[in-house]
Amino acid sequence: MLTLILIVLPLLVSISLFFVRNERWARNLALTTALVEFGISIAALVQYFLYCHCQLLFRFEWLANYGISLKFGMDGLSMLMTLLTTFLVSIIIFSSFTQKVARSSTFYSLIILMQAGLVGVFTAFDGMVFYIFWELTLIPAYFIAAYWGGENRIRITLKFFAYTFSGSLLMLVAIIFLYFRTPLPHSFDHIWLYANNLNPAEQVWIFLAFFIAFAIKVPVFPFHTWQPDTYVTAPYSGSMLLGGLMSKMGLFGMIRWMIPITYPVLNRTDGLFIIFPLVGIVYASLIAIRQDDLKRFVAYTSIAHLGLVAAGAMALNSQAMQGAMIQMVSHGINIVGLFIIIQYIEARTKTTSIRELGGIALKAPRLAVCFMIILLGSVALPLTNGFVGEFLILLGLFKYYWLYEADAGLTIIFSAVYMLRKYQRVMLGNTNTVTESFTDLSFKEMIPLVAILIMVLWIGIAPGMFMQLAENGVGQIIGIIR
Amino acid sequence: MTILISLIPFLPLFGFIILGLGCRSIPKRVASFLGPGTIISSFILSIIALSDYLASGIPHPTSFHLAPWLSFGGFSAGFDFLIDPLSILMMLIITGVGFIIHVYSIGYMSHDEGFNRFFAYMNLFIFFMLILVMGANYVVMFIGWEGVGLCSYLLIGFWFKNQQFNNAAKKAFIMNRIGDLGFLLGIFLIFTNFKSFNYVNVFDLAKTMAPGSGTMIAITLLLFIGAVGKSAQIPLYTWLPDAMAGPTPVSALIHAATMVTAGVYMVARSSVLYVLAPATMEVIGLASLATMFLAAAIAIFQNDIKKVLAYSTISQLGYMFLALSVGAFTGAMFHLMTHAFFKALLFLGAGSVIHAMEGEQDIRKMGGLKNALPKTYWTFLVGTLAIAGLPPLSGFFSKDEILAHVFSAGQSMWIITVAVTMMTAFYMFRLLFLTFYGNYRGNNHPQSRLHESPSVMTVPLMVLAFLAAICGFLNIPELMGGKGILKEFLAPVFADAVKLSQVQHLLVPERREWFNIVLVIFLVLLMAFRAYRRFGLRDAGHEMRDAGSKSVFIRLAEKKFYVDEMYDTVFVKPVLKLSEGLHRFVEIKFIDRIVDGTGNTIIKFSNIIRYIQAGNVGVYLFFMIIGIILILFFNIIL
Repeated sequence: MLTLILIVLPLLVSISLFFVRNERWARNLALTTALVEFGISIAALVQYFLYCHCQLLFRFEWLANYGISLKFGMDGLSMLMTLLTTFLVSIIIFSSFTQKVARSSTFYSLIILMQAGLVGVFTAFDGMVFYIFWELTLIPAYFIAAYWGGENRIRITLKFFAYTFSGSLLMLVAIIFLYFRTPLPHSFDHIWLYANNLNPAEQVWIFLAFFIAFAIKVPVFPFHTWQPDTYVTAPYSGSMLLGGLMSKMGLFGMIRWMIPITYPVLNRTDGLFIIFPLVGIVYASLIAIRQDDLKRFVAYTSIAHLGLVAAGAMALNSQAMQGAMIQMVSHGINIVGLFIIIQYIEARTKTTSIRELGGIALKAPRLAVCFMIILLGSVALPLTNGFVGEFLILLGLFKYYWLYEADAGLTIIFSAVYMLRKYQRVMLGNTNTVTESFTDLSFKEMIPLVAILIMVLWIGIAPGMFMQLAENGVGQIIGIIR
Repeated sequence: MTILISLIPFLPLFGFIILGLGCRSIPKRVASFLGPGTIISSFILSIIALSDYLASGIPHPTSFHLAPWLSFGGFSAGFDFLIDPLSILMMLIITGVGFIIHVYSIGYMSHDEGFNRFFAYMNLFIFFMLILVMGANYVVMFIGWEGVGLCSYLLIGFWFKNQQFNNAAKKAFIMNRIGDLGFLLGIFLIFTNFKSFNYVNVFDLAKTMAPGSGTMIAITLLLFIGAVGKSAQIPLYTWLPDAMAGPTPVSALIHAATMVTAGVYMVARSSVLYVLAPATMEVIGLASLATMFLAAAIAIFQNDIKKVLAYSTISQLGYMFLALSVGAFTGAMFHLMTHAFFKALLFLGAGSVIHAMEGEQDIRKMGGLKNALPKTYWTFLVGTLAIAGLPPLSGFFSKDEILAHVFSAGQSMWIITVAVTMMTAFYMFRLLFLTFYGNYRGNNHPQSRLHESPSVMTVPLMVLAFLAAICGFLNIPELMGGKGILKEFLAPVFADAVKLSQVQHLLVPERREWFNIVLVIFLVLLMAFRAYRRFGLRDAGHEMRDAGSKSVFIRLAEKKFYVDEMYDTVFVKPVLKLSEGLHRFVEIKFIDRIVDGTGNTIIKFSNIIRYIQAGNVGVYLFFMIIGIILILFFNIIL
């Protein structure tokens, strides 16, 4: 039941927000909803651990003739992603309060709609319902970027829309095709889809369709070129939603749908497809080193980090996949933290160009400390959240093929190179005319960052609960593969 | 008991948290009490741990599990600690020397506005360093391993207004990370082979394996890559001289006495694995010989007081690795300990000199400081005699033990080692004479303003001088009628390694050993004398006279053999070029162009049918979605 509330509540609020004219009320309603959602997901978590890890299933026969049912549930994977979604949406809404937003009731309505879509994607256990929510998230994402975005927003968001949408269409075709290969009576239920009887050739086509759809969404090299432009042009809340949550849809889709359905292809091709994200790690890391725009820089680091997650997901062993789940959570937290920091910097200096910044640490020690801790999470220092996931992914990749690990491990070196370079240019050194009158963070600005720092350290120091959730969910997927 | 022991690392962590959070509100007086206070408490607890270990009838190591951390698929790497002689020795060195340097810092940093921040970082460093040596598995060691790297980064770039210091800090972190990747791969290989991260389990299994297996060589080599980065050996040593950008107490504590010895500790800790990989031992031997020789050669021609000591540190770390490579694990740990005392002493002495010279670090502009800074001079002299290896100071005993082992393992190695010992004596006495003897040559800084440091700085110098002088007696070799207290203490740790050792040792007659000792002492004294002749009597005009006659080797050594420049051309610049090239050509002109091309073709195609349809995006999307629904609908029906 809680799962259903998690989806329906934001849907209802989103619709009613359209009609709220008072902007103050609108944003307070949005924040309240996000916090209530976060509370509900905590309640779901408690229930999950109290009642023997059962799936909190909700099922309603929707179009029974076609085997479509509204089937939602929470296994370990969904639980993790739902917690991440409700946590981050609260943070995102709160951090947007420091900025003036035009037509804010529509803006917050779209964010809340996005949340409904995301929770739907992460909890759907029916292929068609998954697809519907998958597309549902694209609508608010597109409009947020297209209406509240910066330069060239129409051209860039159209590219984003067309690119991801064409990927989704491939997935739709694949899901429908799969439906006809499920045992009789045909159904879109995940158990039926897992139990398909595709022949090897069909498996390859279905795999490719899924792979491309998910790879575009993450994005995985070389399907990533929509992403840097979109992150740059979208408003901060939009970039956070895209980078923190929407990218996880692709990775989650790989683990929940692509791998259990078409793992024989991954086995037969013997790690061929892992090469894409592996190349992406090095490629995007290298490009990130010389980026001047902070948002574009974060976009490229994201391609590198998520490449590692995608590689971990496809290594088909429990350590790597468990690490991938943890790393999805960590990356979501860290990238939102980075975007918040960039948002604060741009609000004060009116620029995101690294060349124009410098010496901020002298003026804003609080910001410097927050930035440093999130940076340490991003470079995966032990006792921060980044380490736990990266360690497991690299260990799993090592078991898969040591050379893959050696390549992916380069991220340890590269992340230090690009992160420290940018930190040095932005925060250290002496102040200049742009940063001379930089003011430190206010109490209100600290709140979302402190919440993020707590998560960075919590997952880093005591990851037990998160690891258990990931292990439970991954165990089932691995069980299917074996 | 375990509660008390687990407090040892967490007291400094507590200090870090308090000082870090109250960075701007805590008064200096409180910070100068709290910062060293946590460390001395840990030191006292370490002594309790030592006496507890010794008191327990038959001494045996204690290990305990503090909290779970990473657990997956039935395996786990928790916060586990192991208290055995090796970790106790390291804990005592870290907290002992750490405390002395903290006290010294009260004086050295007293005028710095970042006083609290400094002590916060130093406390954090001690925490990570203790975690490194107290951990009972490789993953916990890795926490400390990376953590001390972070603190090193933060403290090298402590004065972050200066971008050159920041560059040095960044370089240190990145070079360490290169090593860390090797270390991590080594941990993974250990795990895949032994199904555990725990020292005890790993070593127990390893003991049953045949020596010289490929896996064992791979594991040890990968771990050694980590040590190369952390302990500044060839080829990853260039960060350490640059690291001198940090405040001098940092150089003393992190970049001389403790952190850089982590690699030595790690190899000693993994001694069972290393003795089973003779090929790795040979690699370590060669790398360390090359490192100690190269670094000593560079040290002779440096003019920055801290740079001389930095290259000396690299060279002395080479000694320790050389000792490890011939299976002299106790010798390595012994030298680690004596080096911690005398090198910390020398750095702090250098700090006192720099303090008196108000920031001047060029020894060509010093000279004759002996009268103005008597306490600094006398303690510095003790440090110099100790590192040069003159009896009865500590360096003599620890170097002698290494030299004796090296001699019995191979005479050509021994000759190089003796040569490096001579070079060490030469550059150290050169440093001593140029700084404290001859005439004062500082032209920017009037001699009358020279002043001895306050006692909060000189007392630590004296304590360290005392330790550097006497701690050699802890391990007097049997040759001289000693019992080798340290050797006995550490024996249980290295018992397995000694049993499994593959290194062939010659039996050296006692007479020959005595001859070697006397020969080395004579050569060291000769070098001291030569240094005195050349540098002891300098006045201001001396510099001009030796300008003309420089051999190629000297010119190269003065320029540090252009290694930094080479790395810059071979690695740094190409990576930056590649970064830009990839973005400009591959990303924008190739990949994105294909994507845009595909999109544009579709748009062009749609332009043709534009006349039929309304032509705006919204309508297209509308029809798209209608289309999907129709496809879906028909598919399901059919």
